[in-house]
Amino acid sequence: MTDSLVLLDHTADGTLRAPVRELVTIARGLGGAVHGVWAADGAELDPGALAELGALGVSRVHRVSADADLHLSAVLAEAVASLLDATGAGVLLATSTFENKEVAARLAILTGAGVVTDADGLVVEDGRLVASKTVFAGTWNTRCAVTAPLAVVTLKANSVAVSPAEGAGVPDVVEHAVTASAAARRVVLVERSERPDSGRPDLGSAHVVVAGGRGTEGDFTLVEELADVLGGAVGATRVATDEGWIGHDAQIGQTGVTVSPRLYIGVGVSGAVHHRGGMQASGTIVAINSDPDAPIFEIADFGVVGDLNAVLPQLTQELRRLKQV
Amino acid sequence: MRHGRGNVPRVRIVVCVKHVPDIQSDRTLGADGRVVRDGGDGTLNELDENALEAALTLAEASGGEVVALTVGPDDAVDAVRKGLQMGADEAVHVLDDAIAGSDAVGTARVLAAAITRIGADAPVDLVVTGMAGLDGLTSLLPTALAALLDVPALPLAAEVSLDGTTVRVRRNLDHASEVLEAALPALVSVTDQANEPRYPNFKGIMAARKKPVTTLTLSDLGLAASDVGLAGARTQVVEAAARPAREDRVLINDQGDAGTQLAAYLVENQLA
Ligand SMILES: Cc1cc2nc3c(=O)[nH]c(=O)nc-3n(C[C@H](O)[C@H](O)[C@H](O)COP(=O)(O)OP(=O)(O)OC[C@H]3O[C@@H](n4cnc5c(N)ncnc54)[C@H](O)[C@@H]3O)c2cc1C
Ligand SMILES: Nc1ncnc2c1ncn2[C@@H]1O[C@H](COP(=O)(O)O)[C@@H](O)[C@H]1O
Repeated sequence: MTDSLVLLDHTADGTLRAPVRELVTIARGLGGAVHGVWAADGAELDPGALAELGALGVSRVHRVSADADLHLSAVLAEAVASLLDATGAGVLLATSTFENKEVAARLAILTGAGVVTDADGLVVEDGRLVASKTVFAGTWNTRCAVTAPLAVVTLKANSVAVSPAEGAGVPDVVEHAVTASAAARRVVLVERSERPDSGRPDLGSAHVVVAGGRGTEGDFTLVEELADVLGGAVGATRVATDEGWIGHDAQIGQTGVTVSPRLYIGVGVSGAVHHRGGMQASGTIVAINSDPDAPIFEIADFGVVGDLNAVLPQLTQELRRLKQV
Repeated sequence: MRHGRGNVPRVRIVVCVKHVPDIQSDRTLGADGRVVRDGGDGTLNELDENALEAALTLAEASGGEVVALTVGPDDAVDAVRKGLQMGADEAVHVLDDAIAGSDAVGTARVLAAAITRIGADAPVDLVVTGMAGLDGLTSLLPTALAALLDVPALPLAAEVSLDGTTVRVRRNLDHASEVLEAALPALVSVTDQANEPRYPNFKGIMAARKKPVTTLTLSDLGLAASDVGLAGARTQVVEAAARPAREDRVLINDQGDAGTQLAAYLVENQLA
């Protein structure tokens, strides 16, 4: 039985980020109470989201406020540390964003916690927490036990199926106010701009991702049309983002976003090792590339050797037709 | 901080560089769950070339100096040598069998102690690291190191600049971009967007031969073996296996109907 705290990542307007539901599902499996942590960073939790968290098994939400900006990871880490202390929870779960990894690193120093990042599962085994994760660009599966009394685990999106809890109610909300240390205030947040909503699913947690590479020669229209018929997100290689064909936030790979959707489709993508590092753990991998020797075919479940300008319009049209019947 | 020409503060920078298995090679984990690091095809973590470039550029602007620092086995000295060839002034290699198996916190403890020691000669104004090690990709080290050194952390800089004794970075996060600022001393991690790393030229390679490389052990740093390595780690790999190859793979040549075939495959597998 391990009580857990789940960091409730949310948008600037207070909408829960999709992977938070997976975190709650995983936390429930640990057998203890599941508490949510809401950072009051300007956005507030609406009643609908609170009820949804209750249905998933969250019994209490801690609304954390600070006398400094909670967007600063050092401030958020101190707030979470004091909450871990106050609740006696044995594990903090968070999504695998860059900011949360900063929080995790600070918590390791502040609390002595053992940290696992980019996990895709977490269970209790012989009284220990054991996280699973893939490493080396998705080519190895590992399981990692936390040997410290406190665990901080960041989880990748699309790791588990979300399921509702039995006998759930609406969580109570309790306030937790903290005073940030002088050390945490030394970084000044001069400017923060939230990325505008693309209208498509969030790349990091989408169930379907269509990625375009150099082969698109800069025109992402066909890639976007395919993504839209599949309800997916649009991603890209670094070549495409460096060329300015699409924003840097679309870059998938070792130095970009890590994706593990149910379906990844690479279009005019060669499958360089740096790119593979960010998508190789995807469920089904499809590749469309005119070069039969492209490395992406080594990992594709379904590969098409062909010109994307011929294959994509036909594919999109056929999918539209099949959806109508 | 010392002052150079025209009273411009001269920065002294420590840049942390890591020796990692080449990502183009077949990387493996041993029975103990640790990265096999003796394959001989290790290399300087590519992303640390960006860290070196950032450190050198910032130091050159003020006539400052750069110390390249690595923690790792014998081969790891190659990582700091590459740093010297690119233009770093001196190098420190922390080498001790007890360090093997360290987690991010263990490594951060060693680096922090080494930076404190380097700072005893002359104050360190800035620590620069890469955004991630391409072996573990945890990105935990920079923030943990800043916390131990008790200096502000400005991670993931896509742009970094120094204005007197203030460091400023622009960074792109998962859902937002930010500008952060802090007074020196501070720690910055830089991404591969930050710059285009220089190649060592012939002159740089020759000059590097004469530059000092100091090797330190844990006891030189006043650290106990129990603080680091497997002994100090808070996580333990209990299982590691190469992922089985994907089965039932299909590869077709487009004969004019590949789009239709692919659509059928997606629908059949409930992916569309
Ligand atoms: C430190 C470092 C970090 C990096 N990080 C990343 C990262 O995070 N993500 C990333 O993606 N890259 C990263 N890279 C870059 C990476 O090494 C590759 O250069 C990049 O992924 C290649 O992009 P690409 O597949 O679009 O281009 P290319 O490798 O040029 O491939 C284009 C492909 O399109 C195919 N093609 C061309 N025309 C057509 C057509 N009409 N129809 C179908 N196919 C066509 C070609 O056959 C080719 O295979 C990094 C590099 C470094 C050094
Ligand atoms: N053993 C090491 N020696 C020197 N620098 C390191 C070491 N490990 C990590 N670093 C630095 O920390 C950065 C992030 O590494 P990591 O947190 O392991 O992904 C790297 O880019 C290096 O700059």
